[in-house]
Amino acid sequence: MITIFGVPSAALFGQLLLGLINGSFYAILSLGLAVIFGLLNIINFTHGALYMMGAFVAWMLLNYLGIGYWWALLLAPLAVGFVGMLIERNYIAPLSFTNQRQSFVLIGASALGFLLLFYGLRIGPTAAFAGAAAIGVAAASVYAWKRPSQTSTVHVDHLYGLLLTFGLALIIQGLFRNEYGVSGLPYSIPSQLSGGQQIRIFDAPIMFMPNYRGWVIVASLVVCMATWFIIEKTKLGAYLRAATENPTLVGAFGVNVPLMITLTYGFGVALAAFAGVLAAPIYSVNPNMGADLIIVVFAVVVIGGMGSILGSIITGFALGLVEGLTKVFYPEASSTVIFVIMVLVLLVKPAGLFGRAS
Amino acid sequence: MRAGTLLSAVTLAAVMATAAEAQVSVKLGILNDRSGVYSDIGGEGSVVAARMAVEDARAQKIIGDDIKVDIVAADHQNKPDIGANIARQWYDQEGVDVILDVPTSSVALAISQITREKNKIFMNSGAATSDLTGAQCSPNTVHWAYDTVQLANVTGGAMVKQGGNTWFFLTADYAFGHALERDTAAVVTKAGGKVLGSVKTPFPSTDFSSFLLQAQASKAKVIGLANAGGDTVNSIKQAAEFGITQGGQSLAGMLVFVNDVKALGLKTAQGLVFSETFYWDENEQTRAWSKRMGERLNNRMPNMTNAGVYGSVLHYLKAVAAEKSKDAGKVMARMKATPTDDILFGKGSIREDGRKIHDAFLLEVKKPEESKGEWDVAKILAKVPADQVWRPLDQGGCPLVKKT
Repeated sequence: MITIFGVPSAALFGQLLLGLINGSFYAILSLGLAVIFGLLNIINFTHGALYMMGAFVAWMLLNYLGIGYWWALLLAPLAVGFVGMLIERNYIAPLSFTNQRQSFVLIGASALGFLLLFYGLRIGPTAAFAGAAAIGVAAASVYAWKRPSQTSTVHVDHLYGLLLTFGLALIIQGLFRNEYGVSGLPYSIPSQLSGGQQIRIFDAPIMFMPNYRGWVIVASLVVCMATWFIIEKTKLGAYLRAATENPTLVGAFGVNVPLMITLTYGFGVALAAFAGVLAAPIYSVNPNMGADLIIVVFAVVVIGGMGSILGSIITGFALGLVEGLTKVFYPEASSTVIFVIMVLVLLVKPAGLFGRAS
Repeated sequence: MRAGTLLSAVTLAAVMATAAEAQVSVKLGILNDRSGVYSDIGGEGSVVAARMAVEDARAQKIIGDDIKVDIVAADHQNKPDIGANIARQWYDQEGVDVILDVPTSSVALAISQITREKNKIFMNSGAATSDLTGAQCSPNTVHWAYDTVQLANVTGGAMVKQGGNTWFFLTADYAFGHALERDTAAVVTKAGGKVLGSVKTPFPSTDFSSFLLQAQASKAKVIGLANAGGDTVNSIKQAAEFGITQGGQSLAGMLVFVNDVKALGLKTAQGLVFSETFYWDENEQTRAWSKRMGERLNNRMPNMTNAGVYGSVLHYLKAVAAEKSKDAGKVMARMKATPTDDILFGKGSIREDGRKIHDAFLLEVKKPEESKGEWDVAKILAKVPADQVWRPLDQGGCPLVKKT
């Protein structure tokens, strides 16, 4: 058998395939981040928490309602996407509003809601907190109903969005941790995809490929390509890209820019939730699962070029491969290799591999 | 009459003042992971266990009203530098006398050093490394619940006995994983087995498939998981996915907590053999205690770490009550001289090197149809007597142990 640096080539091929699978998670997550950054100019730190939420929604659907994996694959992104849209409308958008009345309604209603639920109805702290947030968001939405949404004329610094979403991520993780603990929850592979195939090249067995992992690659490739197509090749995508360049002008053509931005954010986080459902059967479903992954995904986005759709997809898969190779030749470094590459890329191309220098 | 009342009031005050002077006030610091991967293993559970120990000590008249106990808790985030800072602050400024729990071996070793420097007491039950009572032992440290040698002897020993004589390790790349691999490898080679290789995995990791395939390619009969918490859960879950156990190789979860088994689900974890020094479902007393604790902990069952905190607080308070002092030297001497006895670990003792000695269990994860409740996850295969569990006193390389 041919060996490469002491590793049999067949084994190496198997490892590359595994790298590609991990790469598909990086690709979907970084794609969502890229869409959000490209169109909203928000560095979305809640992405990891919403990925985790996707996995948890899948678990909840199964355990509380008896709804299985395939429906979860559709319902969890919808549910999390909806939560994302509420977050965008009530927390992120007001950052660039000229008056902050909606935020006062939000804060006031949340505070009253918490007092009522926690002290009045004696509900546990986690549930009371979640309930109060829901009440606050509902009140703010009612307040904002029929009032024309204020388009941002002032461009707020990225830093505010980053800090806000980082804070939200910590809160969401904390709520789930309080309720479910960190050990994790079991979620099994759907019966249609259990088992696997022995992959052979010229009759030489290479590796045992679980069917589910194959499905992960296919599903993520399809989703990534569809997203790329919508944004780069359709009329809707053209509107979106135009709104990023000049929201005022696009608004003047009668396009509802704030709505478009909200939907885009919802779509971006729905991608994260989709990845979360894909991950649920193979990784431990626990409140920290997103936090562990998100830093790597940010590195992927930076390497690919902030906001570049195709860049994030290609870099996601490519870095999965690089990481996979590192796991064979020098496993100790497999968690750092991506950051080393990030440093090198930033030194040579500060805008990232596929980014446009502004 | 009025003067009489006044006088008696003064006398009373004087009496109370003397009582206050005789009072010993101790402060217990629970330092563990409260938000990260190990927060279900230690976390709030260990704080609850410490509180219960103090309440029980009062109820059972182990300590009287002359001993005042305060409990504080902090999150070391599994980082040695953060843990060390908190420990220094606790000892120097906040008057903490004992630090308890401290999972994550790297943090535990750091705290052990600081405790020795400050001449306080460190009672560990969360960390695994046997170095705490070996090469890096300290006169101020007690290691309560479990350690890597015990895990290696009980789980590793059982696997070798079943014919698993070739091993490959997946090792978490830090102090704990290295110690666990070293101690298990020693048990395997001593029994005539062979270690074919190992791979050091970054901590924490999510995807172990690549490492598992390397283990599979080694053709070892046993894949030893020298990791813990989420790492163990992910590796077992993915080993099932890649058909590794169906292929004839068996997994040895070297450190598995009941919480991990529950996270895996019995369907995935069934048949897995592991070792604990405390299992909630052992007998009437442990069940009652665990139920009491579960009521305060979102219905979670305690594990051996939580139990260890309970046992160590109780034993510490006994020693303080007997000495009527919290002087570290006196209390440590008293703790080592007095045999330990509590409802969770039974009778035991603390050795010269700080190792707490008690029996250990060999457990097996139940099949889904055998389980009668959410937390009914394992059955006890054997209770291994203490003399076969721990590293012999003279083999740890602890400088405190006098050579004969």
